[in-house]
Amino acid sequence: MDFGFTPEEEAFRQEIRDFLRKELGPEHKGRTPYELFSRDFTRKLAEKGWLGVGWPKEYGGLGRPYTQQLVYSEEMMRSRAPAGAHILAQNMVGPSLIRVGTEEQKKEFLTKILKGEVVFCLGYTEPNAGSDLASCQTTALLDGDEYVINGQKMFTSFAGQADYAWMTVRTDPDAPKKHRGISMFIVDMKTPGITVSELDTMWDYYNYEVFFDNVRVPKSAVVGELNQGWHYLTVALDHERVFMGGCVAQHQRLFEEIVQYARETHRNGKPLSEDPVIRQRLAQLAIDLEIGRLFAYRVAWLLGKGTIPFAEASMTKIFTSELERRLANTAMQILGLYGPLDRGDRAPYDGYIGWEYKFSLMQAVGGGSNEIERILIAIAGLGLPRP
Amino acid sequence: MNLDLTEEQEMLKTMAKDFLIKECPKTLVRELEENEKGYSPELWGKMADLGWMGLVLPEEYGGQEMGYMDLIILLQEMGRNILPGPFFCTVVLGSLPILSAGTDEQKKEFLPKIAKGDMIATMALYEPNVRYDSACVETKAVAQGDNFIINGTKLFVENAHIADYIIVATRTKEAANPEEGITLFIVDAKSPGIKYEVIPTIGMDKLCEVVFENVTVSKSNMLGELDKGWPIVAKTLDQAIMAKCAESVGGLEASLDMTLDYVKERVQYKRPIGTFQVIQHYCANMWTSAATSRNLMYKVSWMLSEGMATPGDIAAAKAWINQAYKFVTERAVQCHGAIGLSRDHDIGLYYRRAKAADVVFGDSDYHKEIVAQQMGL
Repeated sequence: MDFGFTPEEEAFRQEIRDFLRKELGPEHKGRTPYELFSRDFTRKLAEKGWLGVGWPKEYGGLGRPYTQQLVYSEEMMRSRAPAGAHILAQNMVGPSLIRVGTEEQKKEFLTKILKGEVVFCLGYTEPNAGSDLASCQTTALLDGDEYVINGQKMFTSFAGQADYAWMTVRTDPDAPKKHRGISMFIVDMKTPGITVSELDTMWDYYNYEVFFDNVRVPKSAVVGELNQGWHYLTVALDHERVFMGGCVAQHQRLFEEIVQYARETHRNGKPLSEDPVIRQRLAQLAIDLEIGRLFAYRVAWLLGKGTIPFAEASMTKIFTSELERRLANTAMQILGLYGPLDRGDRAPYDGYIGWEYKFSLMQAVGGGSNEIERILIAIAGLGLPRP
Repeated sequence: MNLDLTEEQEMLKTMAKDFLIKECPKTLVRELEENEKGYSPELWGKMADLGWMGLVLPEEYGGQEMGYMDLIILLQEMGRNILPGPFFCTVVLGSLPILSAGTDEQKKEFLPKIAKGDMIATMALYEPNVRYDSACVETKAVAQGDNFIINGTKLFVENAHIADYIIVATRTKEAANPEEGITLFIVDAKSPGIKYEVIPTIGMDKLCEVVFENVTVSKSNMLGELDKGWPIVAKTLDQAIMAKCAESVGGLEASLDMTLDYVKERVQYKRPIGTFQVIQHYCANMWTSAATSRNLMYKVSWMLSEGMATPGDIAAAKAWINQAYKFVTERAVQCHGAIGLSRDHDIGLYYRRAKAADVVFGDSDYHKEIVAQQMGL
């Protein structure tokens, strides 16, 4: 047994850190939501070849093992580097196309993704299809040589910025099992009939509704085979799982900032860091962070062995998202009355912690709510019977 | 990074699991709870024949010279089967400090006996002041010629009533820093002046009060140097904490498995209760607790075996696993419903042991404070 990092992993980590320090600069605090998206930064990553860090070499990627992909993700997250312009293409679209895309799709998109020239948004969730994603009602019906799309996607991150949507559509409304009638489409966001409308979320994030009104797309929009969308969705998750594990590094950074705050801030004549209640809470968070990080590496290692760690990956998602909420809560408690300050001169850390307190609601809900994930662990991981 | 056990470790694990399932059924565990000695000499002999007591001892003392990680794997199986008896205290609290700090004569005298299963040992550290740190040591040892005279009361000493030798932490000098002035002695448990009383505990783990009244011990039985015994204790505690964590992880794994079996079988409202969402959530949470605990336990044990573990690492492990064992067993009882409250059911055996494991060598609050200090708070 060996829990250490290899010299290659350590070297890669240092290389990424040096790059980020140089590119983001010492002033980049990553504290406002508007720093989440940057085509410029994405292109800089592309120049390093890092957008395909985990892609097979024959498709232009670096072919780095999963543990190194996690190292990469950790450093990106820790530095709060803008990822919105490439994260979906890098982790979901590219690997899926490599696995199941047509030759034309691979030619059309893979190089552009690697060059940071194309932004994707994820069109899965609908008003009536959240946890029950298979209840997808956005239809794509064949009319001559084109598919006609009608429907609505909701809570679509970065739809207002994206060039393309990677989306689920119902191509067979008569399928006896509803998930068997779903296809995956790539749709040009400039296609006539698409309306994008910004949603007002608590955290001022790039979140949108997207309306499809008789949107005509060519047959080449079908990713891989027709009516295989559900299958593609479920197997496309390995890179995403590894990258998600990097979130702990982001939380670690926030944690270190509040520890520093606790050390420097006096209340009732003493540093906050001497308050026994705060000490216990911070110590618990420190342990939770170590647990989370350790488990992210376990998932990466399991993927590297060729196993598909359903339960472990679901658990990492649950654990990290709930840790984020605990962290945000403790951070707010430490800030006391200053906590709810939103922005402006008086807000500590430019109001980042208040923003994080709101944003921390997201991860336990999105990407598969934690309730669903727990059921997945129970049924798929522990073999408990379905109701 | 390689998170697999070696082939030899897998073999040890499987062999230990099979042996303990056969030789240490819950009927025996229950019997031994009521039994005054608290262990089965027959089972003890079989374990000695397998070389388990000397697993990590050098071959020259009759040991198998395996590594600390191998002991951890063995202890995990013992925890899974809640093996009663003095294996933990003899091997971890007795043989390890003698191995690391004993003179050649002491090692030659005691270690082969331990390896053969001919000697039961334990460590007397805690006292009625109920402190976990070095200030807990108030029992005095005063020099008198070639001997020392020990006076004081030790509490929560595991299996002292059956021990052949007890390593006693005494205070030989008052100092501003309580870590200074502590001396260890390997005391013959049958020395005149020692009185034992087994204290009833929830974990039925034979914790004893040991009263020392003018107990004589020879200078040659001093373990380590005069006044400099605390570092030996601290090192033993690190090893003991991870060993206890290994036992706890085995125990909580068994509790989870028991629960999964139960909820698949138990039918109410015409369906297995394992189909109800709440039960599924409980099981997912229990599994999370088990998986994270196992992961952390192996990591920190590995770090300790490589000489890389910091005090913060070990404190974090004990704090987390304390909570995990209690959490899993409490949820397990809940999933079992009323039957889980019955003494006839096995799950209660684990629930009680989770509490015992919680407080020994430091509870979570104590260890979280260590983590806080290590963080520089």
